[in-house]
Amino acid sequence: MIFSFDLLINALVSGILIGGFYAAVTSGVSLAFGILDIVNIAHPAFIILGSYVAYIVNETFGLDPILTAIVVMPLFYLLGAGIYQVYYVSFEKRGQESLRGLAFFFGLLFITEVSLVLYFGVDYRYVNAAYIGPTWHLGVVEIPLRLLVPCVVGLLLIAALQLTLTRSFIGRAIMAVAQDQLALRLMAVDPIRIKRIAFGISIATASLAGACLIIIQPVEPSVGREYIGRVFAICVLGGLGSLPGAVLAAMLIGIVESLTSTFYGPSWAPAVSFGFLLLTLAVRPAGLMGR
Amino acid sequence: MTVRTPTFLLICLIVVVAVFAASVAIGNDYVFFAGYVILQYVVLSTAWNILGGYCGYVNFGTAGFFALGAYSTVAIYKFTTGDDASFPISVSIPVLMLVGGVVSGVIGFGMGYLTLRLRGAFFSIATLALAVVLETLVVNWDYVGGSRGAYIIRPEEIAPIGNYIRYLFLIMMLLAVAAITVARLIEHSRLGYGFATIRDDELAAEASGVPTLRLKLIATTISGALMGMAGAPFPYYISYLQPDSTFALDYAVNSIAMPLIGGTTTWAGPLIGAILLGSLQQIATVTISSAVNLLLVGCLLVGFVIVAPNGIVGLVRSYWQRKPEEFVGRRRIDADAPGSVP
Repeated sequence: MIFSFDLLINALVSGILIGGFYAAVTSGVSLAFGILDIVNIAHPAFIILGSYVAYIVNETFGLDPILTAIVVMPLFYLLGAGIYQVYYVSFEKRGQESLRGLAFFFGLLFITEVSLVLYFGVDYRYVNAAYIGPTWHLGVVEIPLRLLVPCVVGLLLIAALQLTLTRSFIGRAIMAVAQDQLALRLMAVDPIRIKRIAFGISIATASLAGACLIIIQPVEPSVGREYIGRVFAICVLGGLGSLPGAVLAAMLIGIVESLTSTFYGPSWAPAVSFGFLLLTLAVRPAGLMGR
Repeated sequence: MTVRTPTFLLICLIVVVAVFAASVAIGNDYVFFAGYVILQYVVLSTAWNILGGYCGYVNFGTAGFFALGAYSTVAIYKFTTGDDASFPISVSIPVLMLVGGVVSGVIGFGMGYLTLRLRGAFFSIATLALAVVLETLVVNWDYVGGSRGAYIIRPEEIAPIGNYIRYLFLIMMLLAVAAITVARLIEHSRLGYGFATIRDDELAAEASGVPTLRLKLIATTISGALMGMAGAPFPYYISYLQPDSTFALDYAVNSIAMPLIGGTTTWAGPLIGAILLGSLQQIATVTISSAVNLLLVGCLLVGFVIVAPNGIVGLVRSYWQRKPEEFVGRRRIDADAPGSVP
């Protein structure tokens, strides 16, 4: 194996770009798991669902995947709000979220995935857009637009979420519900409503993340599984509930994965994020920017 | 109605002999192939339940532990059999199971040690991660076949029983009995009560002096070891072992769905769940398709956790134990409900 500087630079750049996309994928889990304490194992399945929605609309109307994702966001929001309602009534209210709630989401993951397999088969699907082919060349550095667009979209999404959480009333209420539900109730705010909104937003991000995913790579239903561990690894590594931490962790994991697959071969890449996860849990469970 | 352990074992023995005799009487080897899978699920779901049902810690990594057992068998097979074997001896299946159990048990212990001091969700996520790390290792480890998979040549016959699949079936049935006996012993012991305190309120248990970490580690080790033991004979059953199918998420979802559908608080729950769901899947796989049967498992799992949180055992129990005074109690609460403060 010849170590080449060009290769290193390009691996770093694509790692950062992929990292931006990972941040978008993680934002929803960061919100649900980090802030609301809902271990939504099924989140990657909703991301794949987002990919397929982008694919169908792109295939039939030729609409841009990102645009499609933004248009269908309200539908994903409603889906999320509905799921939270079921989750709340069936598990949170009865205090059974730890065992049965987890099993519930695991079941949802399976139902979504298998339904997609039954309907679309296991063929890889992809979308067409003007920015999927070309690559920018800056000296030796190559920036494929296929990676740049999802990265920018992902970072914008995170920025928007962070602004919402820190500046708007709903956002602050979401942060508050994580800290003290009773206090929120005393302020005449219904914590369940706030959590429903937050979970709706969390699933809504999956629509955009799904569109980004199908821009980066062709998608088939079980692709989501690789993202389960990665997403939670990033979320834990960044510090639960910290969006800036999640961006940092996503970049880190993106870079290390990219370096690993460049220098050791792609078959080792999946172990990276999981290795990070186990290491973080063992050494510093609070994460990089944990509270 | 508590049956003493020797009596229980005797009953199990009678059941084993009866089931085996009935399967032989049917005379079709397919019964053994299908039965083996169901029994394997009995072991896996019982093992999962020791940690999941008794302690309340969800393990998503059943496939990982199962595959550890299967791949230790492959490694030993490569080491002892074939032309380029480094150490040619013949290793019997029970020994392989023991090895698989030890390997999985040790990994289970190690992982529990790393993550069980944290909140429960972390453990669950880490188990998911473990399965993927192990899969990556196996895919990159050429000695056990890597991503191409490994062939295991199954002997045609074995001395007293004859057909090899019958032998595997019998072994798996005995392992199932062993697993259920272990679960049952735990349930009625000090250990089981300790587990139950963790499940109900870990903080209170810790405060009352229950050594929660030690108990959780015992549970993960036993549970992992049993899963590994279930995986050890698998290469001989399937004869071509491949990482994708060995690490399939099917094992994880089934080993979670079966106890939850059967009922998690007793040893009977996983047994009932595994037999019901396992047979249903065997039928669905043959008559419809294997994708549909996974959809079925997913829907049943979600349906049961929402509608019948205590599973079939819970349903039966609430039907039998509907005593008059409970009715009175419930009605009184209902009557109070409109004005009551939650």
